Amino acid sequence: MQDRVLQLAGHQVVRFVDYMGQLTLFFVAAFTALFRPPWFFREVIAQMFHLGVKSLPLVAVAAFSVGLVLAMQTVGVLSWFGAANYIATIVGMSMVRELGPVLTALMVVGRAGSGMSAELGSMRVTRQIDAMRVSAVNPMKYLVGTRLLACMLVLPLLTGVADILGILGGWVIGVTQVGLTSKYYYQLTLKYISLNDVVPGVLKTVVFGAIIGTVGCFHGYHTTHGTFGVGQSTKAAVVSGSLLVLISDVFLTRISLLIWP
Amino acid sequence: MVTIQSAPTLILPPKGEPLICFQGIYKSYNHKPVLRGVNLEVRCGETLVILGRSGAGKSVLTSMLVGLETPDAGTITLAGVELTGLRTETEWDRLRLQMGYLFQGSALYDSMTVGENIAFPLVHHRRLTLNQINQVVKEKLALVGLKEVEGLEPSALSGGMQRRVALARTLALNPHIIIYDEPTAGLDPITSDGIAHLIRDLQKSLEVTSILVTHDLRTARFVGDRLALLYDGRIVFLGSNQELEDSDNPEVKSFLSPISLTESEGI
Ligand SMILES: Nc1ncnc2c1ncn2[C@@H]1O[C@H](COP(=O)(O)OP(=O)(O)O)[C@@H](O)[C@H]1O
Ligand SMILES: [Mg+2]
Repeated sequence: MQDRVLQLAGHQVVRFVDYMGQLTLFFVAAFTALFRPPWFFREVIAQMFHLGVKSLPLVAVAAFSVGLVLAMQTVGVLSWFGAANYIATIVGMSMVRELGPVLTALMVVGRAGSGMSAELGSMRVTRQIDAMRVSAVNPMKYLVGTRLLACMLVLPLLTGVADILGILGGWVIGVTQVGLTSKYYYQLTLKYISLNDVVPGVLKTVVFGAIIGTVGCFHGYHTTHGTFGVGQSTKAAVVSGSLLVLISDVFLTRISLLIWP
Repeated sequence: MVTIQSAPTLILPPKGEPLICFQGIYKSYNHKPVLRGVNLEVRCGETLVILGRSGAGKSVLTSMLVGLETPDAGTITLAGVELTGLRTETEWDRLRLQMGYLFQGSALYDSMTVGENIAFPLVHHRRLTLNQINQVVKEKLALVGLKEVEGLEPSALSGGMQRRVALARTLALNPHIIIYDEPTAGLDPITSDGIAHLIRDLQKSLEVTSILVTHDLRTARFVGDRLALLYDGRIVFLGSNQELEDSDNPEVKSFLSPISLTESEGI
């Protein structure tokens, strides 16, 4: 019995490592292809726009709600200690360092990661990807590379929006429940937040962008079994994209705390 | 007529000489053999039809010509270039620019308009202005008997029109060799005949070498100079229309007979 459990666990570990290896190779292949001519600037810009527009409303609503709720939950505890003013710092710090990046990444996985997977999946099963190869256009570059780069460039921008909206959520509570003026709230927010809090958060999102793009494209690109397979790939992309974002966040946070204590 | 600067051309043999040569092609998937020693020669300028029931391996065989599949064993040469020796996608791409491949289900890019679909190869491989591209798109559409559909989404077209658009895209770079994979499959008989006529007219006007894959005898007889039958992983017959008719090869007979295997097995 024990043997079997161990064996099973070992098997899963091997599969996970294998999967990570495949993702890495896929990323490297697509990303390096981008740095050889012909250039696909236009396509990257188009994908950025596409991604940004699709995800922005979602990210905005999610970040604002989380900022609001975070403030509601903490304001009570803070007032026990007579420190309700710190609400601005707590909300600002949490959003910028952690919640902004992760929340944005999770929203983008759900919206755009799944979208990329479904799009490439249906292109695969209807042989559009093959048609592109036969037209002597490298789909790993034109379809995958451009999406990857777009993800990596758009996530920091979306995260910026999320940070601001989360802080706005906190401000609503600060002004209505704590009775701070808007100006004072603003000053309190900026007082303790430095570049050391913002930079690691933003850098993290570039990695999240790479993960989302890679996972979304990987599952779409390798879709088999027709339209049924497209659904499977999309599901796999969302599940593994969210998990990998959260797992990598642990490591990235650890590393960033070492560099920017 | 817009003059298109041409990619480095293949050195084609004279008309009637062998252009494409399959020798001893083997291919299996999951230990299930699909091709078991295919030998076949395609002559320059001819239209060769490959017949065979569904699942015989026709698509597998023809996709080897554009590098979408690779044989497990055997060699393919095209105008003296050994395809099995091509290693990188870049090497393949040089060759692919000379070839057109019409996919079984049209494979139009559904995120692009009809015009953008046809312009796609031009945008990537020709230095043309937007105006020139639009003009070539119009020309190619006219060639397949369509007009004023550039702005439509492919999904807004009927199956027959989609096939025509796909053909226009295949013709965009003026290929020397065109491969049609089941160009009439899934179309009603009248639309199918329209496509068959179109293909034959194009052969006459463009002077290209064509390989046409089908399980539809009517189309095959109508467009083919020579016909080949792929059966059980090998080419069991190769000859003219008349020779096909007169053949006493049992596989040919069973393929030709009205209640053929294709229909009775329902695949
Ligand atoms: N990528 C693949 N993986 C597994 N089997 C395949 C693959 N491509 C083709 N086959 C198998 O090869 C056989 C021939 O396929 P195909 O060439 O598409 O037939 P057709 O003559 O109808 O065009 C089929 O049985 C198919 O299942
Ligand atoms: Mg086929």
